[in-house]
Amino acid sequence: MTKPDSEWKWKELPEGTVMLEPGNADQYRTGDWKTLKPVLNKELCIHCGLCYIFCPDSSYNLDAEGYFIVNLFYCKGCGICAKECPTGAITMVVEEEEK
Amino acid sequence: MGKRVGMEVSIAAAEAVKQANVDVISAYPITPQTHVVEHLSELVANGELDAEFFCVESEHSALSVCVGSEATGARSFTCTSSQGLALMSEITYIASALRLPIVMIIANRALSAPISIWNDHSDVMSIRDCGWIQFFAENGQDVYDHVFIAYRLAEDRNVLLPAIINMDGFTLSHVIEPIEFIEQEKIDRFLPPYQPVHRLHPDRPVSMGGIALPPIFTETKKAHEVALQGSMPKILETWKAFGDMTGRYYQPVETYKAEDAETIMVIMGSFGETASAAVDLMREEGRSVGLAKIRLWRPFPFEAFKQATLHAKQLVVIDRAISIGGPGGPVASEVKAALYGEPIRPVVYNFVAGLGGRDVSPSDFIKMVDKAEIEIEEGNREGYEIYGVRE
Ligand code: SF4
Ligand code: SF4
Repeated sequence: MTKPDSEWKWKELPEGTVMLEPGNADQYRTGDWKTLKPVLNKELCIHCGLCYIFCPDSSYNLDAEGYFIVNLFYCKGCGICAKECPTGAITMVVEEEEK
Repeated sequence: MGKRVGMEVSIAAAEAVKQANVDVISAYPITPQTHVVEHLSELVANGELDAEFFCVESEHSALSVCVGSEATGARSFTCTSSQGLALMSEITYIASALRLPIVMIIANRALSAPISIWNDHSDVMSIRDCGWIQFFAENGQDVYDHVFIAYRLAEDRNVLLPAIINMDGFTLSHVIEPIEFIEQEKIDRFLPPYQPVHRLHPDRPVSMGGIALPPIFTETKKAHEVALQGSMPKILETWKAFGDMTGRYYQPVETYKAEDAETIMVIMGSFGETASAAVDLMREEGRSVGLAKIRLWRPFPFEAFKQATLHAKQLVVIDRAISIGGPGGPVASEVKAALYGEPIRPVVYNFVAGLGGRDVSPSDFIKMVDKAEIEIEEGNREGYEIYGVRE
């Protein structure tokens, strides 16, 4: 949606609450659900991509050097990537309060 | 004037669906709905109706298919009864909230247990709050006519809501009645092709049926409520246009000899004709009795109802469904709510009658009026009973 849910008035909603703008879920921040965030140790990473495959939020993106980097705007902190990483390159750490 | 033909009401209903030129029919057979969809499947198989007929594995799927097809802009129809409607109920809420103008006929039948294939209104009352426009038909002609009325209204860009036509199972669905058919050219003029506002189309992708989090869910419900309440002027306008075309004018609440009546019976559906006969018999004896028939159940016509009944001393509301553990029958609840704000209002006496196909004859209506008048005279202002139970 073009603005946050909390700003929509009922009269402005399209009939049937149809979403007219495709792909608007990328504006939805799921990142503020987490208490733990994944931290990558690049030295242990073998570039297998399992974190990328298993992440239920598609939070990982491949960077130019071949590392999978988490986007904390979406990461819910479930820990699946850390669990699935075959070399233990990902550690879940307590996320500090952002101001 | 169209042709007048003696025909089983279910077959006439199917012929109306054909004349409405639907694109998709999706249904699962259940008594007493079967003749409607059997006839439609024949019409499609014979090439008389150019539509897709989906034979699905359940009523849940029957309406789900209609949701999908209607979302692409295809005029869609389904029909069910009783347990089938119960299984479909989840999707009824979705179809209306997505504002998909599907039309469904319900051949009303009791809900189990015990199993009953016969008529009452418990099936549709189980989805009372599903957000569809809901009509109750008094006879076969009403059913036939309301197929066109329902589609035109449902598809109106200011309405965009699905509509249910309630047709009492067996009492209407399986009887042969004289039906006046409307010429096809007139119907084509009355019911132009459906022009959806939003639809699933690859050229302009949209998403339907998304999630709404707490900050916006309430706004979606408000929009739905305003749409259904706000459909009333369109309903009246559509009935007027239909009346101008056919001479048959419908009203949200229709009355029979009620204008000066002290006692008014209130009913829905096929009770109407039998209760009218009872009114005539009581009028012959000089009794001041009339009848109010609620044709439009949702949106509930509060104003029209008050206009039709407020002058009476007492209302005898005869429900064909029971709200077990609640205030009696669902119609009586609505009627009481409609009258509550009035400083002077008739006393309401509520009967539940005709459950699971039990016949209610003119003499039964007279007995109910007798009983209610005596009870009210004796000071009972909250009367409610199930009529005709053997003690
Ligand atoms: S913690 Fe969960 S949500 Fe976050 S990146 Fe790992 S798998 Fe994805
Ligand atoms: S799962 Fe572990 S090793 Fe594999 S790409 Fe992700 S961080 Fe690197």
